[in-house]
Amino acid sequence: MRGIDEQQERYAALDRVIENYAGEEGQLIRILQGAQEIFGYLPEEVQAYIAGKLGLPVSEVNGVVTFYSLFTTEPKGEYTINVCTGTACYVQGAQDILDDLRRTLKLTGGDTTEDGLFTVKSTRCVGACGLAPVLTVNDEVHGKFTRRDVSRLIRMYKKRSEVKAGDQISERPGTYQEQSPAGH
Amino acid sequence: MIKSLRDLEHIKNSRLPDIRLRTGNVGSNDTLHVLVCTGTGCTSSESRALIEEMVKQLKSRDLQHRVKVFKTGCFGFCKMGPIVMVHPGEIFYCLVEKEDVDELIESHFINGNVVERLLYQDERSHGVAYRRSDINFFRAQNRVVLRNCGLINPEDIGEYIAMDGYFALADVLVNKQPGEVIDIISASGLRGRGGGGFPVGRKWAIAAAARGDVKYVVCNADEGDPGAFMDRSILEGDPHSVLEAMTIAGYCIGAQRGYIYVRAEYPIAVDRLEIAIDEARDNGLLGRNIFGTDFHFDIDLRLGAGAFVCGEETALLRSAMGRRGEPRPRPPYPAECGLWGKPTLLNNVETFANIPLILRYGADWFASMGTEGSKGTKVFSLAGKVNNTGLIEVPMGTSIRTIVFDIGGGIPENREFKAVQTGGPSGGCIPVEHIDTPIDYESLKEKGSMMGSGGLIVMDETDCMVDIARFYLHFSQDESCGQCTPCRVGTKRMLEILERITKGEGTMEDLETLEELGEEIKDASLCGLGMAAPNPVLSTLRYFRDEYIAHIRDKKCPAGVCRALLDYAIDEEKCVSCGICAKACTVNAIRGEQKGRPYFIDRQKCLKCGACLARCPKEAIYTG
Repeated sequence: MRGIDEQQERYAALDRVIENYAGEEGQLIRILQGAQEIFGYLPEEVQAYIAGKLGLPVSEVNGVVTFYSLFTTEPKGEYTINVCTGTACYVQGAQDILDDLRRTLKLTGGDTTEDGLFTVKSTRCVGACGLAPVLTVNDEVHGKFTRRDVSRLIRMYKKRSEVKAGDQISERPGTYQEQSPAGH
Repeated sequence: MIKSLRDLEHIKNSRLPDIRLRTGNVGSNDTLHVLVCTGTGCTSSESRALIEEMVKQLKSRDLQHRVKVFKTGCFGFCKMGPIVMVHPGEIFYCLVEKEDVDELIESHFINGNVVERLLYQDERSHGVAYRRSDINFFRAQNRVVLRNCGLINPEDIGEYIAMDGYFALADVLVNKQPGEVIDIISASGLRGRGGGGFPVGRKWAIAAAARGDVKYVVCNADEGDPGAFMDRSILEGDPHSVLEAMTIAGYCIGAQRGYIYVRAEYPIAVDRLEIAIDEARDNGLLGRNIFGTDFHFDIDLRLGAGAFVCGEETALLRSAMGRRGEPRPRPPYPAECGLWGKPTLLNNVETFANIPLILRYGADWFASMGTEGSKGTKVFSLAGKVNNTGLIEVPMGTSIRTIVFDIGGGIPENREFKAVQTGGPSGGCIPVEHIDTPIDYESLKEKGSMMGSGGLIVMDETDCMVDIARFYLHFSQDESCGQCTPCRVGTKRMLEILERITKGEGTMEDLETLEELGEEIKDASLCGLGMAAPNPVLSTLRYFRDEYIAHIRDKKCPAGVCRALLDYAIDEEKCVSCGICAKACTVNAIRGEQKGRPYFIDRQKCLKCGACLARCPKEAIYTG
């Protein structure tokens, strides 16, 4: 019963996050961010669990979750493509890129492909306006993007997903990785 | 641990030779410093892979002691990234790739021959620029707040100290009374850089006078305006300047705790801040008994979670307490009743970054820059339809023309300049007839826009101003927290009208309705978001009414943007009947034979998505 073990591990990880921050006042958002990193999204059970642990009404936790756009209550695809629709990107054609992506991935209603590989969303300015138009795939930023790059991008990540499945590497997307400083 | 001014001087003196090499104050020395930008722009352009490759190759040639590689913050010239600067000589390389490393090492680092093909080529003069100071983009700037960005390693507190960092704090704690410091800030004329332009000295004085034994200092790093990234670059390139200023503020108002509220969308900035806070604590510059005095101060981060309204101060404070970021009516202002009901001083990143400089060089020095009512410099993020996109800093009062044409290098493809948008969703568009307007708080307001946090988006003849107004209103509408009716419902009604107009279904009465509604929303909304939301519509109505009328009366979009008003057609002369467009069309609206006669578009079926136009290799598809 591997699935149950995994779920238990996730809750154990969540407990550690809660323990880490529960002593400080007003850290609900940090805890929810941690929970989303662990579970990939914030289903009702997780919200209720956090509320119980912190002694808050579930409604308050849910109110916070639904207020902020970085929280999601739906599971996301393996790769989340966020097309920046800040002004600089918008005037350089970000809307067309977003439309092309959705069309190429055959997204009509929801934001996630049927195979669970891609989620396509628009995002507020990522602050890389000098490279507009910009999109991010998980935490990788692709600048000076054009409509012609759309199919190449999708092919690239499809291939990466296949390679990863082959290698059985459990690299977790959505985690920011910074290199250690050079020159020391 | 740094316990006194002497300790600080000791660190400065030991680190200064390194920095002198970069500021051009050192003669021939065999050592080379290679600075690689690791701001968000250059990181997106693979600068980290570049650093790895360079370090690896230097090591394999056993050059790592003579040629040192450093990460730095943003140089500002994001479009030409990754940027590599080599000292001595401030040789400025652009668009450097991993594959160029070998040549750089062999030719420049070993044999002393600059690699010309990687230098900046000026399109207008067709000249090559060797040094940063030879490039027009930098020549008209005055980098004061950004002085350390692109010079020091933001993850090394020693380099910040070598550039006189934390000396202002030491002086304030040891030699000055809080009131004296506030007087200096007031005399400098510094105004808040986050948007409204409230005098900073007055704000500090109010917070200092507020009664309460517990107070807080909060830094607003929730840079939500789309198209603005100066706060991000300061945090990424010079995080200690913000920590130092917040600590000074804490001393002045009597606070022991500070919070930086930063967007979660800025992972590099969050990382650098965490490193900086740890370094400051390790050195005793945050924590208990700073500089051996009885003053204690510490700083923590609070992460935002994606809500534009949290840039508004009362909403930000609620969010920093872990709640929904809903604004509340003022007064009471945060200076009296802020975080957990305690007096709270709230300034934005760029405002704080000015403070150590003012205290170090004096109020007169600061007030010598800028205009009558707006002192100092301002950092702008220059983006949109302009050749040199990036981050710039100019004295207040610099004209839009200087920024767009001298620094920005004009409009790509020789198209016509149409307008510049300032102030994000709260600001407005300034048209070509006001291109010589000096930029300061008052002049922008007079023209129907506002300073905002400093995003400057340049627009050319291919941008539709009705669509831009719709874009901003859609943004504000989406980000409205929904508490007050004028903002929640009013912006929705305005958006519906604008959408109608962009579809060619508007009426002339709509224009008056937009203006009336806009004024009412401005008057009646609860917070700044609602009060400013109609600005992009009102300012475009003021300067570009003709465009609105063209959409309504002639059913035409003069800029060729609004899809519903365009017709796609194929130029028979140019079409080579390759069939790529027909494959791109998802509704089978394009038909033709593979080889033979030109293809054609069925207007009844066409969704006007433009997918065909983007793919056509011969540019045979046009809109009209």
